[in-house]
Amino acid sequence: MKVALIKYNAGNVQSVRYALERLGVDAELTDNPEKIRSADRVIFPGQGEASSAMSYLKERKLDQVIREIKQPFLGVCLGLQLLCTHTEENDTTCLGIFPVKVKRFIPSASGQEKVPHVGWNSLENLVKNPLLKDLPDSKFMYYVHSYFAELGEHTLATTSYIQDFTAILHRDNFWAIQAHPEKSSMLGEKLLENFLALPSSPSPQIY
Amino acid sequence: MLTKRIIPCLDIKDGRTVKGVNFVELRDAGDPVALAKLYSQQGADELVFLDITATVDKRKTLVDLVTQVAKEVRIPFTVGGGIGSVEDVYSLLAAGADKISINSAAVAQPVLVDTLAREFGSQCVVVAIDSRQMDGIDWVHTHGGRKSTSLQTRAWAKELADRGAGEILLTSMDHDGTKAGFALELTAAISGALTIPIIASGGAGTMIHFKEVFTSGKADAALAASIFHFKEIGIPELKMYLGDEGVVVRK
Repeated sequence: MKVALIKYNAGNVQSVRYALERLGVDAELTDNPEKIRSADRVIFPGQGEASSAMSYLKERKLDQVIREIKQPFLGVCLGLQLLCTHTEENDTTCLGIFPVKVKRFIPSASGQEKVPHVGWNSLENLVKNPLLKDLPDSKFMYYVHSYFAELGEHTLATTSYIQDFTAILHRDNFWAIQAHPEKSSMLGEKLLENFLALPSSPSPQIY
Repeated sequence: MLTKRIIPCLDIKDGRTVKGVNFVELRDAGDPVALAKLYSQQGADELVFLDITATVDKRKTLVDLVTQVAKEVRIPFTVGGGIGSVEDVYSLLAAGADKISINSAAVAQPVLVDTLAREFGSQCVVVAIDSRQMDGIDWVHTHGGRKSTSLQTRAWAKELADRGAGEILLTSMDHDGTKAGFALELTAAISGALTIPIIASGGAGTMIHFKEVFTSGKADAALAASIFHFKEIGIPELKMYLGDEGVVVRK
C-alpha cells in the first residue's frame, strides 16, 4: 500500500511516519502533487501555525490537490483544523472540506482549565463509523492544541475541555482527528490501523 | 475530562539508563528503550529522558537513542539535559522527540525560550526550574541545584510563561530525594498564577504524595524517578489509587 504523508512546514511528521512503520507501512513524505494523487492513502499531519501552513500549501498548489483527493484522506491535529473553513489562528481561511469553524479556547474563569489543552482526554459520543471500529475500552487520546473545531453534522466523536469540541470529523473520503493518534498508545494505533483498512475506492454508501 | 499525568524520568548516560534500575522483566535494565516500552505498557502518560552525559561529543548517542525511542514508544516523550542551542533542539525534534526541556541555558540566555517557542512552537518547549528555599524565599538554581542565581522562582516561572514556554517542570531541590512529599505550596502558587501546565518533581515517596500534589499542589503532572525504578510504587496501582481518590487519571 502506498501512503503519502503531505510534506509542509509543520512539525514532528516523523512520529506519524514511525507509527505507520509499526503497522508495517512505509509512508513517503512528499509535496509532489503526482505522488499525492497516486497514493492509496493520504495523511495530512501537523503541528504548527495555521496561516504559514496555508501559505505554504497554496504556494505549491497543494490546497487544490487536497480538495481533489478521492482516496481515503486523514488530517491530524493542525491537519484537521486546516480542513475546516476558517480558523481564528491569525484569521486564516482554510481548505473548507468540512463546513466547520475553528476557534481558540478561552481559559475558564476559575483558572482550572489552562490553554493549551495538553495531555490525555477521552473520546465521547462516538458515532458508528469504519474508522471507529473495534476500539479498545480505554478511550483516551493525547492532545496538544489551543484551537478547536466546533461541533457539527460531520462530528464523529467529541472531547470535553472547557466545552465540548469536535475530536474526530468525517465527510465522504475525508477523516480528521484533533488528537495525536501517533502518540495515543493502543487507541491511536487502532485508529490508524482502521484508516489504513478503509476501502480504497470509496462510494458514499460504504461510509 | 483532561487527566492528570504520571511521568517517569529516566536518567541517561552515554545512551544507557543509570541509577540502579532493577527490573526482573527486562533482560537489560540499562536499555532505555526497553524500559521506556515497559513504562508505556504499564500506563505511564509521558516519559522524560534526562541526559547526564558530560561530554558534547556523545551528543550523537543521544540523537540515536531518541530515534529508537520514537520508533518504538507510542506515548509522548521529552528530552532534556545539556540542551543549549536551536541546533540541539532541531536535531532532537527531527529525530522524533515530542518536546525538549531546557534549564541552565534558559537562565544564561532567557531569549532562547522566545526563540525556541517561535521556531518550534510552545507545545514542545518545556523549561525546567530547579528551586531551593533560602530564608523563606524560593530561588532558582542551576547545575543540578549546586549553583544559586539571583532569580526568584515564582517571578522566573512567570517570565518563562510570558516568553513562550509551553510547560514548566518544577523541581524542588529541598524535597528531591527526601521521599517526604512534593513542594505543595510552591507548586500551587506557580500553577495558580500561570495558564500553562506545571509538572511537579522532587519528593515523591508514597501514593498519597501524588494525590496531594494533584489536589492541594494543583499540579497538572507529576514526575518521579527512583520510586518507579525501584518499584516502590507501580504505575498501575498508583493510577488505581488516584482514581479511587477522585483524581482523574487515564486508565
